Amino acid sequence: MSQTAKTNGMGSTYFVYGAILLIAVVQVIVAMTMGPSLWRMLPLAVIQAYLAVMFFMHLRDEKPALRLALIPGTLFVLVMLNMIWADSFRLAVMKPFAK
Amino acid sequence: MSHANVAIEPAFAAHGTHATGVTEERPFAIPSSKLVMWLFIISDACTFGAVLFAYGYIRNSAADWPRVFEAASIWNSLLMTFILVSTSLTVLFAVRAAQAEDRAGAFRWTMITAAGGLLFTFLHIREWLNLIHEGARLFTNPWGAPMFGAAFFSITGLHMLHVVGGVVALTVVALSYRAGRYAARHIEIWALYWHFVDLVWMFVVPLVYLLNMKR
Repeated sequence: MSQTAKTNGMGSTYFVYGAILLIAVVQVIVAMTMGPSLWRMLPLAVIQAYLAVMFFMHLRDEKPALRLALIPGTLFVLVMLNMIWADSFRLAVMKPFAK
Repeated sequence: MSHANVAIEPAFAAHGTHATGVTEERPFAIPSSKLVMWLFIISDACTFGAVLFAYGYIRNSAADWPRVFEAASIWNSLLMTFILVSTSLTVLFAVRAAQAEDRAGAFRWTMITAAGGLLFTFLHIREWLNLIHEGARLFTNPWGAPMFGAAFFSITGLHMLHVVGGVVALTVVALSYRAGRYAARHIEIWALYWHFVDLVWMFVVPLVYLLNMKR
């Protein structure tokens, strides 16, 4: 039996569906009223992603070993991609080449 | 060999293959096909991550990054979000129906999901045409940094490609499932892919649309 068959009812699914849409509306309202800011938008997007992965994709119902195999490695790669920001600041505000 | 370590595929047992109906242990207690889809999803997540980080790099290092999206574009993106998240719900209905062996119901909900994907694509192409009409091109635009178009069209184009690919895959799987060629797990596996497409959009909207909202 697949993991998804073990979940009973759709109550949590409807709740997550509403929550994701609500967060999307909140993002738009926050951007329009307080001004768009990465540090306001990104945490909300991460919450949406967490809800989608855990409840829609049912990763919550899978074995912990699968979560451990998938999530930390992916997050590590995404974090490592952050190394470029120093260079972008250098191009924006500093000289391209030191004399 | 411990019986706890083997899994018996019903198909093999039914057809009486030379392997006596015994297969290898399922990785993480899920079918190998499902694990493959998960591995594809995380590799694609890294691809989209790289593209979004590259966009951030270009945006951060540009002195005059244009902010062009007016209220109409923002509300359009919200409508597209509603459609895509709703299709994630409908594909869950399809999975539930497939697990209950309701082939007609699973086919219906999968095709509704595919139709939602097509509607999303139509709205997105309309957005593209509006921007192109206003002068946005890949490497030029009338507003500011020339790389705006390349960043926007490549990110949203890559996502749209995934949506269209998902629509095709869901249609094929739905038709094959209804004809009895595919099992419920195939619907479930492609539902995973469809949720991932939705997941990527949840990052594209704030990073590409909302951050570039017109002041």
